[in-house]
Amino acid sequence: MKSLVFLEHYHGELEKGGLGVLSKAASLGEATGVVLGPGAAEVAPRAGAFGASKVYVSEDAALESPLPQPRVDALAALIEQSGADTVLFAASVLAADVAAGLAARLEAGLNWDLTDLVLEGDELVGKRPALGDTVLVDVGWTATPRLGMVRSGALDAVESGGTAEVEQFEPTFSDFSALATLVEQTQEESSGPSIEDADIIVAGGRGLGAPDAFSLLEELAAALGGAVAATRAVVDAGWYPYATQVGQTGKTVAPKLYVACGISGAIQHKVGMQGAGTIVAINKDANAPIFDFCDLGVVGDLHQIVPKLTELVRAHRGS
Amino acid sequence: MKIAVCVKQVPDATVHKKIDPQTKRLDRSGEAALNPTDLNAVEEALRVKDAQTGEVVLVSLGPAKAIESLRKALAMGADRAVLISDEGAAGSDLLGTSRALAAALEREEPDLVLFGQASSDGDGAVLWAAVADRLRRPLISQVAALTVDGSSVSGKRQTEHGYDTISAPLPAVVAVSDAINEPRYPSLKGIMGAKTKPQETVSLADLGVEAGEAGEAAAKTTVRELGAPPARGDSIKIEDDGSAAQKILDYVVEKRLL
Repeated sequence: MKSLVFLEHYHGELEKGGLGVLSKAASLGEATGVVLGPGAAEVAPRAGAFGASKVYVSEDAALESPLPQPRVDALAALIEQSGADTVLFAASVLAADVAAGLAARLEAGLNWDLTDLVLEGDELVGKRPALGDTVLVDVGWTATPRLGMVRSGALDAVESGGTAEVEQFEPTFSDFSALATLVEQTQEESSGPSIEDADIIVAGGRGLGAPDAFSLLEELAAALGGAVAATRAVVDAGWYPYATQVGQTGKTVAPKLYVACGISGAIQHKVGMQGAGTIVAINKDANAPIFDFCDLGVVGDLHQIVPKLTELVRAHRGS
Repeated sequence: MKIAVCVKQVPDATVHKKIDPQTKRLDRSGEAALNPTDLNAVEEALRVKDAQTGEVVLVSLGPAKAIESLRKALAMGADRAVLISDEGAAGSDLLGTSRALAAALEREEPDLVLFGQASSDGDGAVLWAAVADRLRRPLISQVAALTVDGSSVSGKRQTEHGYDTISAPLPAVVAVSDAINEPRYPSLKGIMGAKTKPQETVSLADLGVEAGEAGEAAAKTTVRELGAPPARGDSIKIEDDGSAAQKILDYVVEKRLL
């Protein structure tokens, strides 16, 4: 298997999700990476440490904005040039559109929402939880190139300490790819990690009672070095920003620790977070469904427990 | 302004969804409904139509009974529906589905194609990008605020790092997020009128899609096996007696998560 991994970068760093996919690809065969846009050449060598033998870069001006269609052009050409039989993506707003556009362009099979990749003999098999994660499906491809997109946070980036050769390439672009243009970009000020990147997430639902109770979660998240997430119900109610919504119509996250506060555990939310390593739930309703799929369930008042826990974490960290 | 909205019939939210172990396809025999987030796309199309005048056409791929679900969107105010229904489309993956929809859209020649955020059965949120590539039209996805004038469209969307506003000339493909609007409820008059609105069922051949271009024959992905998801280990449940915070800390420390 020779794979090409789509590596996104932001503020001079390769994104963790892509590096996780790269580590997995390197464990299955020869892995190469591709980094696109201004600054690509500078960050590309870093991929060597996560298993890439070679990284293709293009800093063409057409790749400056985070838009998918010029990236489809670039990858379509590069797949042929690189001889890759497999192209892998870490799920993101950008990657989903690139992967699906590329599938149509190359008539290539795309499997998404993968949580793992394994080789069975010579065949690549993807593991994909489906139907609200009630079933685990083994998916495959009938032809190459195979395209696969991995669920956010599902694979850990593992440093193996190698080095990568960096090779420039020059894509050509379709006329229609340049029609969409970025007219404005605003970056969110955030003091901690995003929920996609965080190893620890503290999440809140209706059980918070009021929007200002999110400050309790923010303090706990800060003490833990994590991020704050929310359910659809409280996002719809305007208590917390849409960007933090975890669930079916929000984001899918897989942190090492997920602390669910005042969250009942409806299926809409469950599918977005049940991939977490450890789930701790605090809810005053002993019959809340979340107690059926958490590791540690606490029946109690989060307004009492969370501030105490914050103090204890601070003390523990300070010691 | 002609707006096409791509919508899908999915198993109703109350149905326990399962995969047929024989065909390894989703069992679609039970109660069905219009995919919930497609309602946001229909609503947005109606708002654009209200502001600009024009026509809203529903385009869908599915079994013959899917027409029943399309009627809900007709009752909301869409003008007509085109359902691609063909045995030969069964077992389509992204490639066949995008091929069939693109063929129907090429026939309609809309100024704007709208998609909803994700299907509740396939968990996919990628179809629009494949359709846009086949149509060779600009694409804006995950749009939470949309502005359409006579010749261009502009969408604001949320990314992992903030907000991007992207603009494109028409014709264009736009996928909206469920944060964009609150779908209207059909009025009684709308419901009564929906049955008499034009509802056309077309085959793949009608659209010039050949047998090997859709359905299982064109699929490049397979479902090999179905299994149970990995079970979580034993869970511990405690009642807070004032010491719960300490117990949580101890648990998390013991698991080396801190």
